[in-house]
Amino acid sequence: MDQVANYLFQIGFSFSIFILISLGLAVIFGMMRVINLAQGEFLMLGAYFCTLCNHFGINLWLSFILSALAVGVFGIIVERLVIQWLYGRIIDTLLATWGLSLLLVGGVTTIFGPQTESVAAPLGNVQVGAFGFPIYGLVMMAIAVAALAAVYAFWRFTRYGLIVRGTMQNPTISAALGVNRSLVYMLTFAFGSALTGLAGAVLAPIVGAYPTLGIVYIAKAFITVISGGHLPLVGTVSASGLFSTIDGIVATVSSSVIGEMTVLFVAIILLRLLPLGITGRMTRGV
Amino acid sequence: MLEVEGLAAGYGRIPILNGIDFEIGRGEIVGVLGHNGMGKTTLLRTLTGEIRATGGAIRFEGADITRLAMHRRARLGIGYVPQGRDIYPQLSVMDNLRMGEIVRRGQSAVPELLDYFPVLQALTERPGRALSGGEQQILALARCLAGRPRLLLLDEPTEGIQPSIVDQIQAKLAELAKALDLTVLLVEQNLRFIAALAERVLIMQKGTIVATITPEQLSDQAIVDEYLGI
Repeated sequence: MDQVANYLFQIGFSFSIFILISLGLAVIFGMMRVINLAQGEFLMLGAYFCTLCNHFGINLWLSFILSALAVGVFGIIVERLVIQWLYGRIIDTLLATWGLSLLLVGGVTTIFGPQTESVAAPLGNVQVGAFGFPIYGLVMMAIAVAALAAVYAFWRFTRYGLIVRGTMQNPTISAALGVNRSLVYMLTFAFGSALTGLAGAVLAPIVGAYPTLGIVYIAKAFITVISGGHLPLVGTVSASGLFSTIDGIVATVSSSVIGEMTVLFVAIILLRLLPLGITGRMTRGV
Repeated sequence: MLEVEGLAAGYGRIPILNGIDFEIGRGEIVGVLGHNGMGKTTLLRTLTGEIRATGGAIRFEGADITRLAMHRRARLGIGYVPQGRDIYPQLSVMDNLRMGEIVRRGQSAVPELLDYFPVLQALTERPGRALSGGEQQILALARCLAGRPRLLLLDEPTEGIQPSIVDQIQAKLAELAKALDLTVLLVEQNLRFIAALAERVLIMQKGTIVATITPEQLSDQAIVDEYLGI
């Protein structure tokens, strides 16, 4: 019984991290096809913003929202200054966003120094038999599921969601139907950035904030979205589910390093067998 | 309604249109005929704003729109059905129609359009990509009309479509142009289709309009040979 709870917690915790770090990328890379190598640094900025809010005594839950908004605004600036000139130019986008990534790591190191800024994880533990689980881990799972549901509902059922889905499929005809595609691209990029900022802020209490935080997560995020295939949301959820189950189980029986290695190994085999990702053959969904 | 004066445009440094002049009055249906590569599609794409004009002027209902962004022209009332239809493949037929009126205020035109095009009624939940060429063409036309355009730019609506559907589209267009008070610029290679609908036919060669003929003249083999012969 305790053992089952332990596995479920590990899987759920891993799932929430996969979802949180991948959701923003599912929008920016999955929907918009922008390979943003600075995505990890957006996460890092979210974490730093959260520690700053904490420093000024702002309530942690409010800091999450503020961090999401702040990184969303940062996303608008990046899109207007850099990304909007590079749509459809993959190599140029790679170089520009890689440069941005280096700039952000360097800039943050200069301002805050290389040490880890931490935020105390709130809420304590809950005891199940022999195991104590941090309640904050459960909160992360709730936030991940809520973020996912919100994004899905937004995409699927709102007018703006329809505009985005249509415009990402065919920007030119959307413009011919009166849609301001440049504005839609900018807002969608900002939306993906805000989701990433939220993820960084939610991670801050468990990993802290340090300049190279993004590097730890960016590969995982890209692997998740790519393994998911062409339906960004359904794909990201199914890939996250698969990887977190493997990661949760293997990490519990051996160690977290072996868990991550197994996930990478499975991802390689998965993409060998299904080159178009898990949703490669699905035709409907988001 | 639409006045085009000395219009020039092209792709990169390659000029395609070299001084196009014509006018369309309100309620008119005007055809454009010409061989492939003469600039018919480029003309429509320049009118929609997809391609930037390099010279000349476009006026729509008296306002100069030569430099206006594509979505602004659409909002002024210029509807465009491109060659190849450009249906959103992953959106349902209903969502395709909703995209047509997504920036327009006021009541939805979708119920009315489903009445005009009953063939779409059974397909509303079908993804766009699952439709046949003819159904896609009808959907593209309906989607465009959902925005309630006053000027309709049609690029080869009969291309790759089976003859029975071509007849249906032809009848529908004639009916709708009257019912909805539409002005239409119709690029077409199908002589019979253009002769049945257009009141005037512009002949395009090498990026200019070389003649204007009546639809009756399209049945005159000598004229057809002169402008469209090989």
